[in-house]
Amino acid sequence: MSTQNTTNLSRRNFIKTSALASGGLLIGFNLFQACKPEAKMPVDIASLNFNDFNAFIRISDEGYVTIFSPNPEIGQGVKTSMPMIIAEELNVSWDMVNVTQGALDTKNFQRQVAGGSQSIRFGWDALRKTGATARQMLINAAAAKWGVDPATCTAENGVISNANGDKIGYGEVVKEAAVLEVPEDITLKDPKDYKIIGTDAVNVDIDKIVTGKPLFGLDYKAEGMVYASVLRPPSFGKKLKSFDATKAKQVNGVIDVVRIGEKLKAIENQAKGFTRITDKVAVVATSTWAAMKGKKALEAVWEDEARLENTVDHDVELFSILDGKKFDTRREDGNVKKAFATADKVIERTYESPFLPHNCMEPMNFYADVKADKIHLVGPVQTPQWAAGMIAAAYKVKPDQIHLEMTRMGGGFGRRLYGDFVLEAAEISYAVKKPVKVVFSREDDMAAGTYRPAIKYRIKAALKDGKVNGYYLKEAAINGNMYGLIPNFFPAGCIPNYKVDTGNYKSTMTTGAWRAPYTNFLAFAEQSFFKELADELGRDHPELILELLQNVKGTKDKRIQYSGERMEETINLVLSKSNWGKAPEGTFQGFAAYYSHNTHVAEVAEVVMEKGMPKVKKVTVAVDCGIVVNPTGAINQIQGGAIDGIGHAMYGNLTFKEGVPQARNFDKYRLIRMQETPQVDVHFVKNTKSPTGLGEPGLPPAGGAVANAIEAAMGKRIYKQPFISELKPESSILG
Amino acid sequence: MPNYTITVNNESRTINVDSDTPLLWVLRDELNLVGTKFGCGIAQCGACTVHIGGVAMRSCSLPISSIEGEKITTIEGLSEDGSHPVQEAWKEIDVPQCGYCQSGQMMTASAFLKDNPNPTEEEIRQAMHGNICRCASYNRIEKAVKVASEKMT
Repeated sequence: MSTQNTTNLSRRNFIKTSALASGGLLIGFNLFQACKPEAKMPVDIASLNFNDFNAFIRISDEGYVTIFSPNPEIGQGVKTSMPMIIAEELNVSWDMVNVTQGALDTKNFQRQVAGGSQSIRFGWDALRKTGATARQMLINAAAAKWGVDPATCTAENGVISNANGDKIGYGEVVKEAAVLEVPEDITLKDPKDYKIIGTDAVNVDIDKIVTGKPLFGLDYKAEGMVYASVLRPPSFGKKLKSFDATKAKQVNGVIDVVRIGEKLKAIENQAKGFTRITDKVAVVATSTWAAMKGKKALEAVWEDEARLENTVDHDVELFSILDGKKFDTRREDGNVKKAFATADKVIERTYESPFLPHNCMEPMNFYADVKADKIHLVGPVQTPQWAAGMIAAAYKVKPDQIHLEMTRMGGGFGRRLYGDFVLEAAEISYAVKKPVKVVFSREDDMAAGTYRPAIKYRIKAALKDGKVNGYYLKEAAINGNMYGLIPNFFPAGCIPNYKVDTGNYKSTMTTGAWRAPYTNFLAFAEQSFFKELADELGRDHPELILELLQNVKGTKDKRIQYSGERMEETINLVLSKSNWGKAPEGTFQGFAAYYSHNTHVAEVAEVVMEKGMPKVKKVTVAVDCGIVVNPTGAINQIQGGAIDGIGHAMYGNLTFKEGVPQARNFDKYRLIRMQETPQVDVHFVKNTKSPTGLGEPGLPPAGGAVANAIEAAMGKRIYKQPFISELKPESSILG
Repeated sequence: MPNYTITVNNESRTINVDSDTPLLWVLRDELNLVGTKFGCGIAQCGACTVHIGGVAMRSCSLPISSIEGEKITTIEGLSEDGSHPVQEAWKEIDVPQCGYCQSGQMMTASAFLKDNPNPTEEEIRQAMHGNICRCASYNRIEKAVKVASEKMT
């Protein structure tokens, strides 16, 4: 993929310019149409107004640039990195740029989503073209003023120059530029000329974060706003029968107690699958504390509506799937049956993972003000269009009667893809006819999750003449199965006889995407398995992977998602940076490599033994994400992803008894903390390929690298998460 | 409901709330100081950390009745203009990802560095162990505490 080209702006109609009454130039573009390859042209261009655009550049008469960043910011850094790409092509200096969070464009429901690590990948071309278009229009305006050929003019740091040595600032030509035709042909910069992309830009919200300014959904306040705390069924499988609000209403500050659920039932078909369709009781009060106290004082009676599931039941169900014959085949190459029948040796292992809650530090919350003709929604949600669409359906209003503003989010990790909290806030506001902020307690947040479900993998390999000749992966999962791209990740294309099967158990638990869905656990299973195969074959683990990768290089199989060449380079980088195989006495290394979300990552973990327990001291990471837009943000994502992956592999565990989650707060649910964290040393493969995302890909390999290092240190192979439960007996022997 | 008087960021404030109202919610809902964050409500995560008489405390688990007359500093009052060495270090190292836990992290770090301006790596890791960062920006938090200590000495 070349990044430097003269491009015909075939989707010029997605860009519109206007002179501002207050002075200056406004360029609007619909990022989510512009960056979708299959985007359709709007039928009637002339009817479009600026409400049809969801991303803007505003250039003031003084030459200051405001970029409205359209995508939700959940900590992945796009509010900084996406505007950097525009500023690069616009040829302004970064310190002249101010970034503002754009609101949801309710007229064009497109990809205004934070998920799948796709913001940068999908935005790359559209953002560059938009910046370059604005730059060319400013140059054209200056050239017309001077009466020279635009081709003889250049722009740098917001100043246009011509061959005669004349100079003029962007702010001085914005009025003229705003009324010019949008140019068809624009030239994108050569990556070697980048001045902003590839340099460190500190988080654009840093000053507000370090001084505690209101930024997050929980910080949002509006005139007349009241607070709501919601009582939900205590277990999956139970529903509300009746409640007594007498004591709750006696709590100081409690205004009202309402039963909600009717509006949710009205959109049941759209909403089921990612939230429970069930009645709840909302306590509305003048303060958060009063609402929470009121909820505690509620007396509710619950009744059974479905099987009350236990974690042990899930284990039984998932094992029966693995042992059975009911599977969907997701990919099959060669003759797997024959490969196993003729193998010198067959190795089969089963890997297990538990449910995980997301545990965003900012508990779920949302603001809603539902009026008959207008609905105002504010808060942290990764899928604003979905939420607005649901609300439009539930309250029978048109999308343009909904105004949804996104706040900065105190973490997402997938939980905020499911806007159940938006629906709750709206229904409470509708019921009490007031603007309402619904606030989850931590207990609410952990008990009303859309969890990463428990999954088990059984992997079988056929070894023949010192090679891996057959590979058969079976997935038993709850509520969903791996998405369609995963069967085409490594080792697809590397092993001649290859098969992926999936089977499913439908549970009453609400489940959903959790940072790097499926691969967050599959990578551990697969890379632990390959370590075992390497040991069996008497080979070095990365050396075996590198050998297998040779088979996929130059593949003509279009389904294959990853690149053998790029993975090889990434692995070689991590091996050299980690001094693989040369660890000092008492330090044990483990390796894992994994491609996901269009980014190739390889990690080496180093473990030492302390008091009979393994301690992860260091992780070296190599990443190929193409061009690194913002290195400081990129390193932060990878460090966080690796530590998050280690933390959840090591400690993450949510179990259920009679449908009740057995942990509801951080006293019982363990998250990784400072003293358990390794230093993470991050290196990027240098190239000029189009950039891909970093929010998720750093996480999947971490668990496998650590498990393999633990195996090197203790001789114990780990087949089950959380690792800590597997290590405890060992430590009492060793400790 | 009784009246309580506390000093917040050098300003005397009188609040009329139930005696069991945690300081966290007094700050956020009554005094509009939303920099102090709600994370767990049971003093386990550190997002709500403030200084009481210069000591780092969890505001989510302190009923207002237990801190009558106390001097409280929140992230908003750590410095007048965001120039406390800890704030400067947090900017220099570009610590935050989502940023939600960071005011609690900075309040823990600033109280710690006041008592121990020249800490070892292990002392930093121990001091910051009580504050959860779900984005796991731990490497940078650790580094920023070190940089802040260098700025203070």
